[in-house]
Amino acid sequence: MQPPPVPVEQAEISLSPDDPLLGYLAGIAEPVPVDRIPLDTPGVRALREAHISLVVPLVTSGELVGLLSLGPRRSEREYSTDDRRLLQDLATHAAPAVRVAQLVREQEGEALARQRIEQELHVARLIQQQFLPKELPDLPGWHVAAHYQPAREVGGDFYDFLELPGGLLGVVIGDVTDKGVPAALVMATTHSVLRAEAAQLVSPGDVLRRANALLIEEMPPHMFVTCLFAVLDPATGRLRFANAGQDLPYLRTAEGVVELRATGMPLGLLPDMEYEEKEVVLEPGQEVLLHSDGVVEAHGADREMFGFPRLKRLVGEPVTGGELIDRVLGELSRFTGPGWEQEDDITLVALARLPALAGSGPLPVDETVSLPRDARVLAAFEVVSERGGERGALPLLAEAIEPLGLPKGRRDALATAVGEATMNAIEHGNDCRPDLSVRLVVAATDTAVLVTVTDRAVNGGGTEDVELPDLDAKLAGAQSPRGWGLFLMRELVDEVRVRDSVGGHTVELVQHRNGTPP
Amino acid sequence: MSPRFGIRIPRARVVVLDVSGDLRADAREDMEAAYADAAAREPQAVVLNLTEVDYMDSSGIALLVGLLARARRDGRELSAYGLSDHYREIFTITRLSEFIHVYDDEPSAVGNVPAAT
Repeated sequence: MQPPPVPVEQAEISLSPDDPLLGYLAGIAEPVPVDRIPLDTPGVRALREAHISLVVPLVTSGELVGLLSLGPRRSEREYSTDDRRLLQDLATHAAPAVRVAQLVREQEGEALARQRIEQELHVARLIQQQFLPKELPDLPGWHVAAHYQPAREVGGDFYDFLELPGGLLGVVIGDVTDKGVPAALVMATTHSVLRAEAAQLVSPGDVLRRANALLIEEMPPHMFVTCLFAVLDPATGRLRFANAGQDLPYLRTAEGVVELRATGMPLGLLPDMEYEEKEVVLEPGQEVLLHSDGVVEAHGADREMFGFPRLKRLVGEPVTGGELIDRVLGELSRFTGPGWEQEDDITLVALARLPALAGSGPLPVDETVSLPRDARVLAAFEVVSERGGERGALPLLAEAIEPLGLPKGRRDALATAVGEATMNAIEHGNDCRPDLSVRLVVAATDTAVLVTVTDRAVNGGGTEDVELPDLDAKLAGAQSPRGWGLFLMRELVDEVRVRDSVGGHTVELVQHRNGTPP
Repeated sequence: MSPRFGIRIPRARVVVLDVSGDLRADAREDMEAAYADAAAREPQAVVLNLTEVDYMDSSGIALLVGLLARARRDGRELSAYGLSDHYREIFTITRLSEFIHVYDDEPSAVGNVPAAT
């Protein structure tokens, strides 16, 4: 009769990964009695204390993946040679299986971690994209372009356009040090702080100073934000800017490319910082490029960096080479070569002041947008914003529409309407500022004449005539004797449309050529 | 400096006011001076001669509205002649023609003022 089984004792033995015992066991790769191990290490002592008499290393591909530890034989005899051969066979088969099990567990862990990272990237991207502008500002006389290309591990780039009082446009470009969700949250905070401050302060230096003071409180340690803030007056081309450590913008002028330099520390680093404020005037034909460091720090196949000189050269290239941002991206793609793993976010913002119109001739794209496809531009000209300036526009209008052979009544009616629209533009839209002009475009289709009158909306756009003029009320003193302008326009031409955009207010007048709508 | 717009008295208690050039906001002082000049003659009617007006805009219309209001307060009739078809249309659109009778020429304008009572 067999004796009743004695419960198997289990021992918890922990071995340090750097215990020399492990290297020894991996080396001999066969069962070994503990008392024959020629080492006296914490591991060996632990085995002895747990009354382990034989250890069987599980070795596969030369790597120790486990250990069978056996207590004394039940018969109280030594383990026989057969025992050891059996155990060795077991170990030989068990080791690869144990290794596979370990690999599976490791991979499951890694997959989970990867999933967490992907999830985080996704959230970071969502946060970041939430705060990027949905559309570009529409500035008459300007071409505004922007490009944002996130790296896989979303960096903290951002840019923004802000409509400011007086027809001004705020432009922001920035970069949060760090990546992922924390960077995206700091970016979101910076975005909101800048928007709030810019609405109250006109000076870019003041905006950055206040933003820094607020961000110092909010910013996690070891993080900061580089940021450039500029305010453009589209009417005059004046660009005021301050810079908190962002790469310097490049300006293309007739004399070459210049850096727009203003000193200042990144936001959120040190309290009580002051930001130098500078100003340039963008003349017609000039263009400024704001950029994040993802461009100049991009590496080519040979680890060379794209670098500032290359970017500067591109900005200076003749404008006939297509859009600046497209040229930069094209050059970057040739430089980095195919299969490039983008290291950091890339952000580019370009502000180009279109060349001044000279008489008729080709028009900047944004002014022809509202014209029907089949419209021909007959003339385009500007009048200075001084009282009575609209009188100067009328002979030019008459000359432009003369070949159309409009009936005299239609011609006179259009002229009066254009005069009214131009007078409103001079006196209200441009507030009679002699440095601003009103732009008129005269175009025709087979059935109609179209005239657009665009001012700079320095008082925020809109038109003065809101109340329908009523002669009885005026004679009774209940209404001002004035306020006939918009009313006359509506009565004299077939269609009056009003369009508002940042830095511009446009009235479109349409007169059907035969006197009745088609 | 002599006033830009002269006045004439073609018959008793009728004053013709000869307006010329642009009729816009900047003609206000000339217009008011000429009307004051006319009013000093205590006329029953003031006739605006607009033959020499080659441009009028909404601010000129505002001047005429002001002039009309004043003439009505003073109990004087206001009429006009010498308007182009275009400005006649504008008088119609603005309803000024309901208050300022528009004649073709001076004789009909002056002749249509009823004799003083």
